[in-house]
Amino acid sequence: MSATLRELASTIRSKNAGVDHITFDIIFRSRENFERVRDAGVITRDTMAALYRVEPSRITHFVVYEPGNAIKFTIRRSRPSGSPGETDVFGSQQYAPLFDIAVP
Amino acid sequence: MDAMKAVKILCPTGHLSFTPLEPDSFHRGCELAPDFIAADAGSCDMGPRPLGADQHVSLEAWQRQDLEYMLLASRRLGVPMIIGSASDTGTDRGVDQFVDLITDIAREHRLPPFKLAAIYSEVPVAELKRRLAAGRRIEGLDGRPDADTTTLERTHRAVAVMNAEPMRKALKSGADVVIAGRSSDCAIFAAPLLNAGFSPAISYYTGKLMECASFCAEPFMGKESIMGRVQGESVEVTAMHPGQRCTPASIASHAMYERTNPLREYVAGGYVDMTDCRYEQVDPKTTRASGARFVTDPVVKVKIEGAGMVGQRRLAIVGIRDPYTIGLIDKAIAWGRGKLEERFGPAGESYQCFFHVYGRDAVMGALEPSPPRQPHELCIVVEALHRDAKRAEEICALGARNLFYARLPEVKGTAGAAAMMSDEILIGEPGYEWTLNHVIPVGDPLELFRFRYHRVDANAREEVTS
Repeated sequence: MSATLRELASTIRSKNAGVDHITFDIIFRSRENFERVRDAGVITRDTMAALYRVEPSRITHFVVYEPGNAIKFTIRRSRPSGSPGETDVFGSQQYAPLFDIAVP
Repeated sequence: MDAMKAVKILCPTGHLSFTPLEPDSFHRGCELAPDFIAADAGSCDMGPRPLGADQHVSLEAWQRQDLEYMLLASRRLGVPMIIGSASDTGTDRGVDQFVDLITDIAREHRLPPFKLAAIYSEVPVAELKRRLAAGRRIEGLDGRPDADTTTLERTHRAVAVMNAEPMRKALKSGADVVIAGRSSDCAIFAAPLLNAGFSPAISYYTGKLMECASFCAEPFMGKESIMGRVQGESVEVTAMHPGQRCTPASIASHAMYERTNPLREYVAGGYVDMTDCRYEQVDPKTTRASGARFVTDPVVKVKIEGAGMVGQRRLAIVGIRDPYTIGLIDKAIAWGRGKLEERFGPAGESYQCFFHVYGRDAVMGALEPSPPRQPHELCIVVEALHRDAKRAEEICALGARNLFYARLPEVKGTAGAAAMMSDEILIGEPGYEWTLNHVIPVGDPLELFRFRYHRVDANAREEVTS
């Protein structure tokens, strides 16, 4: 049965990683849920680039972090944090679109 | 190494005074006899303005209170206290402000004399220009191009980010209190550990795990104390709040916080490789972490953070409820932009004007995958910048008011296409940008930093030579 990422992960967050990047952490309390998402192929560099409508090259890092039961990826900002025109200085409200990802 | 005495560091807060620290868990930590009390007081998270404008974002009342808790405990226990990235940005102003606060607190509490070391990390832009002119590279980080003279022209203030070496030197001189300018968070904890003979791997790794205090514990709480007990090549991290615990999951997930690569922590001179780290629960509140390695860079490269002013900033808030205008909002904005261009020329040259469409995609901008097609109402924040404040006001007013006058075919509400929350133009703080996120090679990790030492007692503060 399919579930959403929001149901399976214990933490879904975004935050600045330095002044030029926003990094996304998807962390699982259960190893089983982590492996289910890890192996489902729904969270990859390409699917995240498509979701956030950026070129895959702007996803500068994509890491499956086994010790933390976590998947982590990083998007390069279009302009540095806090520049005029920027609306999320901490990069802390960019994760919401991850919630509804369907995981088989 | 295993025979070496364990060292305990107490960390009360992850960003001193951003909000006040919680004293109960701090006092509980003090009862366990830490060897050092350490905290980071800064960040580049708040954007470029605090550095560029040389202002603190933490309230001085809270800075004073947090420093007071730490200083009184440090003097009562007779253990050094170390503060990095003083006053949010670590500029010379920030270091001086903290030195003054410490002096003041000492006087108020009639503390016995102690030695204070101040480490300054501001780098004059002129010095960066000299280096560039001498053919030395200012290398871009995170995909940025190398800095050139234009980059430096746009920079108003810059700080160098120290590793543990300057703080080690201050502690070796016998300082009881170290107030450091901009520092790598992990270096604040690594400095006393390196001086005690621990390896760079466990020293910097301990700092990485501890720098955000209770963020590495669960459940989520800020501003609570944690204790790190380092022995040999491992550290045991314990939550001091009765309702929090450090677990392998909470520690491992914190190791990945705020960085692009969860397996590496960079400082000037190398990085901690966390690939083979292991986490074990040793008691209900404590997790032991080990397995870090340190990879030394052949050349020490010190990070430089720089910010510069872009212009004066004005803001206006406009609401839209007409479903027809909402459906055509991009056309209305484009029409308004056209009117700005008629009068002031193309945006991006002498001015910038942004229309943040809250209720649709202001928070995520181009990253927004699913903007609603027909929101019920919209809030548009118009943000205008120009080096001249009067002109910024004019651009902002015209941008906002032209939403009111937007010429859209078949508009029925001909008395105005927008609701003005108020007709005022709000005065914003000037806009800044991060101009430098770069590194420069140095021959000596102390090269960019300056030291001042003081003997502080209840009656006076006297500068001493070393």
